[in-house]
Amino acid sequence: MKTIVVPAKTEELDTVNAVIDAELEVCGCSPKVQMQIALAVEEIFVNIASYAYNPEIGEAEIEVGISGTPPTVTIRFLDHGKPFNPLAKEDADTTLPAEERGIGGLGILLVKKNMDQVSYSYEAGKNILTIQKKL
Amino acid sequence: MTIAPNRQGDTLTLTLDGRLDTNTSPELDAALKASLDGVKLLILDLKDLVYLSSAGLRVILAAQKKMNRQGRLVIRHVCATIMEVFEVTGFSDILTIE
Repeated sequence: MKTIVVPAKTEELDTVNAVIDAELEVCGCSPKVQMQIALAVEEIFVNIASYAYNPEIGEAEIEVGISGTPPTVTIRFLDHGKPFNPLAKEDADTTLPAEERGIGGLGILLVKKNMDQVSYSYEAGKNILTIQKKL
Repeated sequence: MTIAPNRQGDTLTLTLDGRLDTNTSPELDAALKASLDGVKLLILDLKDLVYLSSAGLRVILAAQKKMNRQGRLVIRHVCATIMEVFEVTGFSDILTIE
C-alpha cells in the first residue's frame, strides 16, 4: 500500500495520477481499466480540491493498494474538510437532449459506472471516499 | 494538450492532442470562445486525444449547444476508450460522431 499527501489543488492531479499509475503498472493493468480508474480519481480529487476546504486550501491523503485474486485495486481519499458525500448527489440525466442538459453530476456518474465499489463515510472529522476496481 | 486549429471558410477544425481534463479543458473552452464567430461547421478531431474526463465533456456540451444555434458540430476519430466515456454519459446520443 502506498500513501501520499498532497495539497488539495487541481494542479496536483498529475502527481496523484503518476503515483496511482505506477502502482497499476506493476500488475499490468489494461489501458481501458487504467483510464476508468484515472477518470474516477480525477473526479473525486477535483471534488475535494473544489469543495472540501474552499476557499482555503487543505490536504488530501490518498492511499492506493492492490490485493487479492483476481487483483483488486482499492483507493481511499481522505480529507479534513466539510462533511460532504458526493455520492448523495443525484446522477446526471443521460437521456436529455443537449439543450436541456446541465453540466453537473457527470463526474460522479463516471465514478459509479466505472468502479465496482464506491463508498463514503465520515469518521473522526474526515471524509473518506473509497473506490474499488477489479483489474 | 495541444489544440491545432484549421479554418477553411466557415469550417473550423480543432485537432486535439493529449489529455482533455480538469486542467486542460479551460484551454479548449478559451479556443472555442475565441474562434466560433461565423463558423457553421465545427469539427473536433480527437484522433490524438488519449483521455477525456467530465471537465472535457462540459466544454464539448457547451460547444454542442452553441453550434446547435449557428450550425453543426461533428466529432471525428474517437478511439474506443473515449467512445466509452461518451456512451456511459449518454453523450453518444447528442453528439454527431463520425
